[in-house]
Amino acid sequence: MTENTNTPPRRGIPLRTQIVIWILLIGLLAIIAIELNRSQRGTVQPGEAIRDFTLPLYSGYEYEGQNEIRLSDLRGKVVFINFWASWCKPCEQEAPELVKAWEYYKPGGQVVFLGVDYVDTEPAARIYMKKFKITYPNGPDLGTRLAQLFRIKGVPETYFIDQNGALQYVQIGPFTSLQQIQSIIEPMLKK
Amino acid sequence: MRRPAGLSGVYFEDRFNYDSLRDVLRQVMAGAENTTEHGMWSHEMKNQLRVMLYTLTIALILAALWVVKASAQNPTPTDDEVNRIAHQLYCPVCENTPLDFCPTEACRQWRDLIRQQLSQGWTEDQIKQYFAEQYGARVLAEPPRTGLNWLVYILPPVIILAGAFLLFRMLRAWTKPPAASSAAGSAKEAAQDDYVARLEEELKKRK
Repeated sequence: MTENTNTPPRRGIPLRTQIVIWILLIGLLAIIAIELNRSQRGTVQPGEAIRDFTLPLYSGYEYEGQNEIRLSDLRGKVVFINFWASWCKPCEQEAPELVKAWEYYKPGGQVVFLGVDYVDTEPAARIYMKKFKITYPNGPDLGTRLAQLFRIKGVPETYFIDQNGALQYVQIGPFTSLQQIQSIIEPMLKK
Repeated sequence: MRRPAGLSGVYFEDRFNYDSLRDVLRQVMAGAENTTEHGMWSHEMKNQLRVMLYTLTIALILAALWVVKASAQNPTPTDDEVNRIAHQLYCPVCENTPLDFCPTEACRQWRDLIRQQLSQGWTEDQIKQYFAEQYGARVLAEPPRTGLNWLVYILPPVIILAGAFLLFRMLRAWTKPPAASSAAGSAKEAAQDDYVARLEEELKKRK
């Protein structure tokens, strides 16, 4: 058998272009995988580190006269972070219990309550806070940054951060009583 | 009591005393004549009354103009105007639901907010920017052209163009058979034809 030496060179995509295409495809798949993983991770879990954040506060709902609050400034205190919205019916269910809990812990100064108003309008939020006589610091979650930080799945959700800034407990859904809130905060205060 | 001419049946006369009415009218007319005689409706009073009427008319016209101007400055936006912007935004809570179609209480509040902002003279871009700042860029139907968002704009046309190029190449390869194989095919056919011709010739000879 003789080898055919007249065969024309095979035309196709140059090797360099192929490599670039493969790199781009793998990069795209990696981005999709990361995003999918992130969306399926659920809320932050106790023990996970919480990145520092600053929450702007509604006027009339400031913290010690300041119109914004930073998590790292609250070290040494138990921080109760409650995500809520005026359009959320289960939030209405727990609102009176939260107010009772705030009135119970406010004099001691060891617990800071922080309301994070999730995708809401300010007028509706103000009507809600007035209706339930909420007085603890509250502010809007601008750009849903905090919701993304805590990877919340809905409202209401409440996160308890201890005196060292570590997440200790996550409550998905509304509280039904003051005792339920106390049963979470009291052990944290005894530490 | 007298019934008016041409009228019959149960009528005013059963409840109304025409004589009394006539008396009252007479007294009124007499009173009017007296007031004129005694100068109660004097020329000065008439002038004052006229001035008051003119003043009142001008005040009414000015008030009407002010109301028209005010309503022209802040016209109440129609549902169509609100929905035109709401259509470019997505509900931040529900999955993939444009704000103009979303039936939830939260979306109703946001549409009310758009209406309020429009009546305050906000532009479409300002409203969209406000929503993006408040609720994140994910509420925008058209993501901002920054960072990884560029992939949304670049990838689809790139994939379509690449697909079209590949399809074109494949179609061209299918419709145009390779030259070498076509030459081999025709040679084979020619050889077969010779063979068939010889076969037929032999058959004829044997007949």
